[in-house]
Amino acid sequence: MQYIIIIISAIFVNNIVLAQFLGICPFLGVSKKTSTAVGMAGAVAFVMTLATIVTYLIQRNILEPLNVAYLQTISFILVIAALVQLVEIILKKVSPALYQALGVFLPLITTNCAILGVAILTIQKDFNLMEGVVFAISTAIGFGLALVIFAGLREHLDLMNVPKGLKGTPIALITAGILAMAFMGFSGIV
Amino acid sequence: MAKRESNFINMLLTLFAVTFIASASLGLVNEMTRDAIKNANIKAQQKAIAAVLPKFDKLGKSFKIPPKGETDSLELFPALDANGNVVGTAVKTYTNKGFSGHFELMVGFTPDGTISGYQVLQHQETPGLGSKMGEWFRNKDKPKQDIIGKNPGKVNFTVSKDGGDIDAITAATISSRAFLDAVRRAYNTWKNETDATSGSTPQKDDQTKGGNS
Amino acid sequence: MSQMKNFTKGFLKENPVFVLLLGMCPTLGVTSSAINGMGMGLATTFVLVMANLVVSLVKSGIPDKVRIPSFIVIIATFVTIVQLLMQAYLPSLYESLGLFIPLIVVNCIVLGRAEAFASKNTVWSSILDGLGMGLGFTFALILLGSVREFLGSGKIFGLVIYPENYGSLIFVLAPGAFIALGYLIAIINKLKKA
Repeated sequence: MQYIIIIISAIFVNNIVLAQFLGICPFLGVSKKTSTAVGMAGAVAFVMTLATIVTYLIQRNILEPLNVAYLQTISFILVIAALVQLVEIILKKVSPALYQALGVFLPLITTNCAILGVAILTIQKDFNLMEGVVFAISTAIGFGLALVIFAGLREHLDLMNVPKGLKGTPIALITAGILAMAFMGFSGIV
Repeated sequence: MAKRESNFINMLLTLFAVTFIASASLGLVNEMTRDAIKNANIKAQQKAIAAVLPKFDKLGKSFKIPPKGETDSLELFPALDANGNVVGTAVKTYTNKGFSGHFELMVGFTPDGTISGYQVLQHQETPGLGSKMGEWFRNKDKPKQDIIGKNPGKVNFTVSKDGGDIDAITAATISSRAFLDAVRRAYNTWKNETDATSGSTPQKDDQTKGGNS
Repeated sequence: MSQMKNFTKGFLKENPVFVLLLGMCPTLGVTSSAINGMGMGLATTFVLVMANLVVSLVKSGIPDKVRIPSFIVIIATFVTIVQLLMQAYLPSLYESLGLFIPLIVVNCIVLGRAEAFASKNTVWSSILDGLGMGLGFTFALILLGSVREFLGSGKIFGLVIYPENYGSLIFVLAPGAFIALGYLIAIINKLKKA
């Protein structure tokens, strides 16, 4: 039962992008085409889940026993940076097309606040390893959901008659705001 | 400016040196701020206790008790007057059912179980909605919301929507339910503890009286 | 460019939030009130200046292939220092900013300036660049924070301008952040053209 609440909460109610403001840079940057959005969401999901597992283990088995909790920020970000390097190498070999499409955004996954945010939130919410993994995967699904919906909206926006001052980023942000409002409707579920 | 050559040894040494210096400086700053952080936390706690209880002269020894059937303990802070009598007990309680999960409250009870005050300690409830619980439940103009002066042993401390006697925050029913959950947890734990410790005293007095006549 | 221009570019011409569109996460996340925006802005400015300073100092000693991880460690160190200092001396601000303090380490502005500027310029220029960008960021956060706080709860920096009941709560919540920022960028774009 607990897992269902974590899943619904992470995907809809407390959506990482639309409610918690994490992962905005790729959200605004990669969401111009639905295909790239899906690829980005996949890469993020992979790094997010792995990062949560590794950082959790480091927190519980190294940082806490040695009483060096203040090294959390440094160790977590180093783990994430290393994992992104790994994903880059794997992606280059397995799917060079996707690697090209994601371009500069791939190394930028390191600075994706969502990944570091989820790692820290898992510790803050006192999840155990299994709950943390479920949380990470659900958050990644929520991220992907927001990204893909937004990409679809933006593809439409490109074909519309937007007032000159609002063209580009402003209208994208306003649309994101309306999308966020829609997601607020989920708050009664949990 | 020419950079050092990117061979393996240089890279390894650099990373090692940077991380070492970083960790050392952090260890230093951590030491410097450790006491200040501890004091800041203690001060905040003292302030919360004073805010929820009637006037007292000194604090008795605090202790931790897990609520029935649960593993996370609540902390109870008895407050005494100059003669050592308990004038109130502050209970640091929590709930995990908030809109954003876990949050903590400090609730003050007078010896008969009436709530003398409360303060929200830390929470991540929605600003403008759940976060209103800091002020909502002490509104003197709205007796159906006000919990100060009410006794959870005599009043039904659940939201009116669920058949209880307390009005929830408009549009923030989940936070309100969680808030009352934390208050009930505090009351039940405090009540069990008070009943357990005061159970034996009245009988002793009776026996002494009986012996004299 | 002259040092004066170097310092002031962060405010309008190359404002990290409104023009470069960097550092979006904290911009949207902590600006539910002006004071939170200011606190976050100043904390980030501290990290920016210190990180730029150190990176500029050691830039010739770091092999090219490991410069990003090294920069990240340097930045993370200063972020942790800010965290500890806030926890000790500004506990209520620490509570309100919450998760976003450690997230300064992934604020694209900080790594971006270290990589684009500090690793290629003198120490003094880097300090000014960090200071200018940081203060420009703070300015943006205070602006957005004030707008959201005013529209949402009738206050600015805690001073009541009109009763809270007439405020549009939506601006304090997530959707309002996106919308307010969208309109602010549109207005600033218009002003820049004029």
